[in-house]
Amino acid sequence: MVGYKFCEKMVAKAPKGSCHITVLAEERRPAYDRVHLTSYINGISAEALTMAPISWYESQNIDLHLGDAAVNIDRQAKTIRTESGAQWSYDILVMATGSAAMVPPIHGVEKKGVFVYRTIDDLDKIIDYASGVKKVAVLGGGLLGLEAAKAMVDIGIEKTYVIEFAPKLMPRQLDDTGGAVLRSKLTALGLKVHTRKHTYQVLGEEKVTGIQFVDESELSVEMLVISTGINARDELASAAGLTTGPRGGIVVNDSMVTADSSIYAIGECAVHEGIVYGLVAPGYDMAEVATTHIIANYLDGERKQRSFTGFDMSTKLKLIGVDVASFGDPFLTADKAQHLIYEDKVHGIYKRLNISLDGKYLLGGVMVGEASKYNNLLQYYKNNMLLPEALDTLVFPEQSSDKQPAGAGLDALPDGALICSCEGVTKRDICQAVNQGYETADAVKKCTKAGTGCGGCMPIVKDLVTMTLKNNGKEVRSEICEHFPYSRQQLYDLIKLERLSSFEQVLKTHGSGDGCEVCKPVISSLVASILNEMILSKNKDTAQDSNDRFLANIQKGGSYSVVPRIPGGEITPDKLLVIATVAKKYNLYTKITGGQRIDMFGAHLSELPLIWKELIDAGFESGHAYGKSLRTVKSCVGSTWCRFGLHDSVSFAIRIENRYKGLRTPHKIKSAVSGCIRECAEAQSKDFGIIATEKGWNLYVCGNGGSKPQHALLLAQDLDSDTCIRYIDRFLMYYIKTADPLTRTATWLNKLEGGIDYLRKVVVEDSLGKAAEWEAEMQAVLDQYACEWKVAVEDPAIRKRFAHFVNAPEQNDPTIAFVPLREQKRVAEW
Amino acid sequence: MINDESTFWFHACLAADVPHNGGVCVKRGEEQIALFYFARTDSWYATQNLCPHRRQMALSRGMTGSAGISEEPKVACPFHKKTFSLHTGKCLSGEDYRIRVYPVKVEAGNVYIGSRPVQGAVPAGSECHSACPGQVMEDF
Repeated sequence: MVGYKFCEKMVAKAPKGSCHITVLAEERRPAYDRVHLTSYINGISAEALTMAPISWYESQNIDLHLGDAAVNIDRQAKTIRTESGAQWSYDILVMATGSAAMVPPIHGVEKKGVFVYRTIDDLDKIIDYASGVKKVAVLGGGLLGLEAAKAMVDIGIEKTYVIEFAPKLMPRQLDDTGGAVLRSKLTALGLKVHTRKHTYQVLGEEKVTGIQFVDESELSVEMLVISTGINARDELASAAGLTTGPRGGIVVNDSMVTADSSIYAIGECAVHEGIVYGLVAPGYDMAEVATTHIIANYLDGERKQRSFTGFDMSTKLKLIGVDVASFGDPFLTADKAQHLIYEDKVHGIYKRLNISLDGKYLLGGVMVGEASKYNNLLQYYKNNMLLPEALDTLVFPEQSSDKQPAGAGLDALPDGALICSCEGVTKRDICQAVNQGYETADAVKKCTKAGTGCGGCMPIVKDLVTMTLKNNGKEVRSEICEHFPYSRQQLYDLIKLERLSSFEQVLKTHGSGDGCEVCKPVISSLVASILNEMILSKNKDTAQDSNDRFLANIQKGGSYSVVPRIPGGEITPDKLLVIATVAKKYNLYTKITGGQRIDMFGAHLSELPLIWKELIDAGFESGHAYGKSLRTVKSCVGSTWCRFGLHDSVSFAIRIENRYKGLRTPHKIKSAVSGCIRECAEAQSKDFGIIATEKGWNLYVCGNGGSKPQHALLLAQDLDSDTCIRYIDRFLMYYIKTADPLTRTATWLNKLEGGIDYLRKVVVEDSLGKAAEWEAEMQAVLDQYACEWKVAVEDPAIRKRFAHFVNAPEQNDPTIAFVPLREQKRVAEW
Repeated sequence: MINDESTFWFHACLAADVPHNGGVCVKRGEEQIALFYFARTDSWYATQNLCPHRRQMALSRGMTGSAGISEEPKVACPFHKKTFSLHTGKCLSGEDYRIRVYPVKVEAGNVYIGSRPVQGAVPAGSECHSACPGQVMEDF
């Protein structure tokens, strides 16, 4: 990672054409993100972890040689030899050889089933071996060990033991109480933790069957993962005669130069002032220092001074669902600091802040179980800022009810405050970017690179952007597009108040120009949400989103797909026969969808009314698969068949789907009903989901984050069916009225000040006093429901629009072509 | 708009066949032409039907609109919402694509499309269509 970062910085900062970079790598893969290695288990591919694809190196004119380790450096001749025998000469050599897992001297570590946890290859081997394995011991209760333990849990190991030599977990970051709180939290989550255990040997003939400790106790396990620490990879350097540290590492000065002035060392292989840094942020800083030094001294580039002055080892991480943070000096004793300690044994939260003896400055601290204030505290510590009078504000998480406006407290930060430590971006850099016109967090991220490393600073970056915009007197833009100076919410109110019923009317009264592909669908959707009239009535059709205009989803090549509604996923054999017959007749590709219905692909535009006529005659209705509207309500089979089912989830799902069908919303919405806690319908991944309990239904909301998945949150418990539906009415009306265009429920909730607690107040406690009004509005809208396809096929004027050529309506688009695929067809590629 | 003697005018359809503020597709021999009517300004436009971005026959089904203070008429392809000027054929979404634009005239309720593209637009064969990641289609 650090080697890659060096290349990236060199390419960006060195004078064009002043140098040529060759990268020699031992691993077969280009540099990848080791920080997020555990996500590999959760299905993130090796490609996704890659820092930059091979094509990036090509485009930057960097020679990349993978899977050929350097084995010898000849410093006199300035050449390097690799395993394959290839020889390379250099003017400047940068060593970023990283580290290897440290394997402590234990007898029998060569046995089968003993692994280290360091690279993607290690992980592949572990995953291979782990199938069928039930008990695993992880050696090491530090940061790396707990990461490895998390990986074991993610792989699906039943029992994971964590073995730590020290008397507590994370001995370098946590004090005794912190370690104990972390331990009890991890134990509650199913990990078995053993501290003060000195491992003596690995038991077993050929394969691991257990481990034995120095106190002669034994633990039977089928696999052992060692993750006790790292050793700098300095063997190449030391063979070449470079100075290395007494405990390993290539010795470097403040400019990252080794004992040889043409050789630099950066990252985990380097030792600076006796310290090997095992974190990514200091490694990136070293890459920056080396780049600056090389450009200034060898490449006639910018003569900047930059030195490495050590690095703060503060960390915040989520370990198996538990927040842990440590910063500054967490261990300061009572003679050097005053302690502010908060311990909540009920929820397993522990915080300790070390405050200077005069009570003015923060010197360090530990947080376990809750660490939402970490970023604030870190800023106080790093910038030596005066602490506020009321110290309790430092300890307690922000209460949602009295949440301060975004940006509060940021004003006090000095300009030089480091916001993104991975990329070394300061508050000044971010504010300047905003002033130069990068007015969103994403734009600032691209421009400054802040948040592109671990991403932990993005909340602060967002707040800084908002603050700077406000300071400049700029409103944070919410207008939907250039044609309407209103937000979606304002337009909703205008349309409702003035009883506007088409895009054209809204444009005439409140907009300018001809509108566009942004405002047309938004306003058409609002009109539909409010009135629920036929969206294709005369001259309204062209203001609909492209798919709505033809009541079907346009597919590659220009054909369309057809999805009839199958409420709750329940369908009779006779209706299945109808679908089969229609699909065969029109030669459609059929596929079961994720929402428990059937999609038919490959229909010509002109065939749509014919197909729908047959489906409607057989009792089907539009499935609104083309609309930003209710799609499906999925269900498990429920108490009518399932021996675990508590209630009839299918009947409830059908009731809900039939109630909300045709309702147009800011984005498409889906629901599900599960008949018991086993959650076979996956209701917690839906915009609103319902799970049966002994006493009624639990209602979950906002579980659809689109590309950023997010679980639904519990809104209300043990409801009867009618109350559940009333709450859904209120929830959906609130969402329809207030969401920004194309905002999914999860994103909407994330932006809602006060979050789920506030939403609960509005929906359940009726804190706005709107519940009765919203329920009536919802009922009025739903009463207007008519199947759009039924109206369309019965209206000759609308039917006529389903022709590809206006002047040859009997002909289909001749460019649509299909090729065979697994006894069906697919679109031909152009 | 070109209207000299050498332009051949093809009869496309009746004006009443074209929806307000939207398009239809006209077949002219083997060629597909997208024809648009802007009701607010009572203006007609015609372009090639092929969107050069992913080579889909789709522009006639796109949403029309205007861009900027000059209210430049435009259409957005329904596939990935690339927008094109209906005056010049230039892509307004920041890429180098260009589409052919044809002159249109309306006489006695009949719509005619001119045979020669308006100057400045390039022929269909020469658009660049680099592998652009595009947006992911919304589905179910």
